[in-house]
Amino acid sequence: MKRELKIFDNPDNVKRLLRVFYASLVVLVLLDFIIHKHAAFPWEGQFGFFATYGFVSCVALIFIAKGLRRLIRRDEDYYDRPEDS
Amino acid sequence: MNSLSFGTGMPPALIFIIGALFIPLLRGRVKSAFMLLLPLAAFYVLLTVPEGIHWQFRLLHYDLTLGRVDRLSRIFGYIFTLISFISLIYALKVDDDLQYVSGLCYAGGALGVTFAGDLFTLYIFWEVMAVASTFLILARRTKSAQAAAFRYILVHVLGGLCLLAGIVLYVHRTGTLQFGHMQLAGADTWLIFIGIAVNAAIPPLHPWLQDAYPEATVAGAVFLSAFTTKSAVYVMARTFAGTELLIWLGALMTVIPIFYAVLENDIRRVLAYSLVNQVGFMMCAIGIGTQLAINGAVAHAFCHILYKALLFMAAGSVLQMTGKIRCTELGGLYKTMPLTCFFCIIGAASIAAFPFFSGFVSKSMIVSAAAYSHLAVVWLMLQFASAGIFPYVKVPYFAFFGRDSGIRAEEPPFNMLAAMGMAAFLCVLIGVFPQPLYHILPYPVDYAPYTVVHVVEKLQLLMFGLLAFCLLMLSGYYPAEMRSINVDVDWFYRKGVRVLYRLMDQGLNRLNAVCEELFARKLPGFLAWIAKDGPALLVVFFASPFKAMMGADRENLDGYKRKIHATFDTLSLPIGLGAAAAALFLVLLFWVN
Repeated sequence: MKRELKIFDNPDNVKRLLRVFYASLVVLVLLDFIIHKHAAFPWEGQFGFFATYGFVSCVALIFIAKGLRRLIRRDEDYYDRPEDS
Repeated sequence: MNSLSFGTGMPPALIFIIGALFIPLLRGRVKSAFMLLLPLAAFYVLLTVPEGIHWQFRLLHYDLTLGRVDRLSRIFGYIFTLISFISLIYALKVDDDLQYVSGLCYAGGALGVTFAGDLFTLYIFWEVMAVASTFLILARRTKSAQAAAFRYILVHVLGGLCLLAGIVLYVHRTGTLQFGHMQLAGADTWLIFIGIAVNAAIPPLHPWLQDAYPEATVAGAVFLSAFTTKSAVYVMARTFAGTELLIWLGALMTVIPIFYAVLENDIRRVLAYSLVNQVGFMMCAIGIGTQLAINGAVAHAFCHILYKALLFMAAGSVLQMTGKIRCTELGGLYKTMPLTCFFCIIGAASIAAFPFFSGFVSKSMIVSAAAYSHLAVVWLMLQFASAGIFPYVKVPYFAFFGRDSGIRAEEPPFNMLAAMGMAAFLCVLIGVFPQPLYHILPYPVDYAPYTVVHVVEKLQLLMFGLLAFCLLMLSGYYPAEMRSINVDVDWFYRKGVRVLYRLMDQGLNRLNAVCEELFARKLPGFLAWIAKDGPALLVVFFASPFKAMMGADRENLDGYKRKIHATFDTLSLPIGLGAAAAALFLVLLFWVN
């Protein structure tokens, strides 16, 4: 039997990882109070702009992709099938 | 043909291409050692050769140049030789000379393009790349790979022909083969632009990439990920820097593929889409065209080659060790392939441009260049594409974590791990110490990526993107991976062409049948009839009213008609006799004189 890593088989480890992750998010947002941004665009200096933009972009990406899937999804043998219609 | 004035050493392109010819003659360790020596020799030549024009020869009326060495070409030369070395290490256990020979010729072609000093040399090596790379797909030796290779070469032949037509028109207009900056105006430069755009995979000319790369061999895909698009980046930076159209094409190119990458099931196809997305950043930067932007494009090409090759190597390891490549069939591989997993995460962190990984130091230059040029919409698009990190997260997630597939595959052989380790090491090294890379960029660099503001902004963008990924994953909103394919622009030449085929079949074949009936059967008979009976009929047509006027009855008229026809049949017309007599008389006159 080969040696196996099982670190993420334990749900506690996953929870711990997520907790560290969420904590780092809070720290990152709080850093916005301390640092001074020299913004090229007016919105760059807004509090939490990058955090919001990152989050919103990703959610938008997923919802658009889900919509797009309806349009472009085909069976795996789509191109291999002989011409039927 | 004429005098060959070679400078120091041999052109790097020829080191690779001539070296490749010896591969089938060698065996075992000698072959491995010889192969690894080729990129080292080329690298040595690049280190020692001074800037300027080298390796010129004269063909017909033109001076051809195999070695234009300046700061722009030299850095591409470095990275192409470096990645050849790493890819060859990765491929050492492959027992297939076809892949070695074509891989080396392909790398040689890319180096030839990079150091070409004129358009003709550029075109020759451009085609060498197209042909050699096709064999890396064919070498998979499956039916779908053959079909993909066939489509791949057709697209590239078409792109090559565009380039050639553009070059011919350009030479005709300007009288020179000069391979330098061009204005996008007129048919010649547009054709050259389209030719380059095909290789750069600029939408809508991109689908060959996601169609062909996932069908290549394990090692072949690593070679493919490095050369074709990045040599096109080089040529684009050389010719069309500062072309506004490229800003927008590039920005779109960063955004569109990530939607596909989210939905795609085949891991190497996800990587192919994110490749297009990354080249979009470079194209956009070339379009912006400022010194910072061009530096950013070149630096990003350099870093991108390393981390993209690393990701393709990791995906290839998974494919080789498990025989599977779809997200739906993989998962939990970290348990038995921890090193591959680790390297894959480094590659993903680099492509996502996390601080202290290579993508960060190059991508920030491009995003900053857009900001300094006050391109607000472009900046927002680039940030959107940077924040959309799913394509980068999903490769390690679905392959190595996620749902446990129960597959317990071993780590790949040592040489593959070593190649991944080298690439991963360089990704981190460049990320932490960007100065050596900045030092060899085309223009002097006055840019500091590691300011507190930069790092915090980037981390906020990425970490909250990651948060979205986690939340969507945990809540089940994330679109499930499924066994399906997604149609892209290649639909037009894979499915749409069948409609065209039917149109051709129905339209042209019917036209053919009608033409045959009309021109092959009816027209000759008609013409023969006209030729035989036409004059007589005309005469009868015009003459019979006069006959009738002069009191001829129906019987007389019929007799007259017969007489006219007989006269024409025997060619004994009065006017014909007169003409014959006149001709005879003229001949006599001529003779007497």
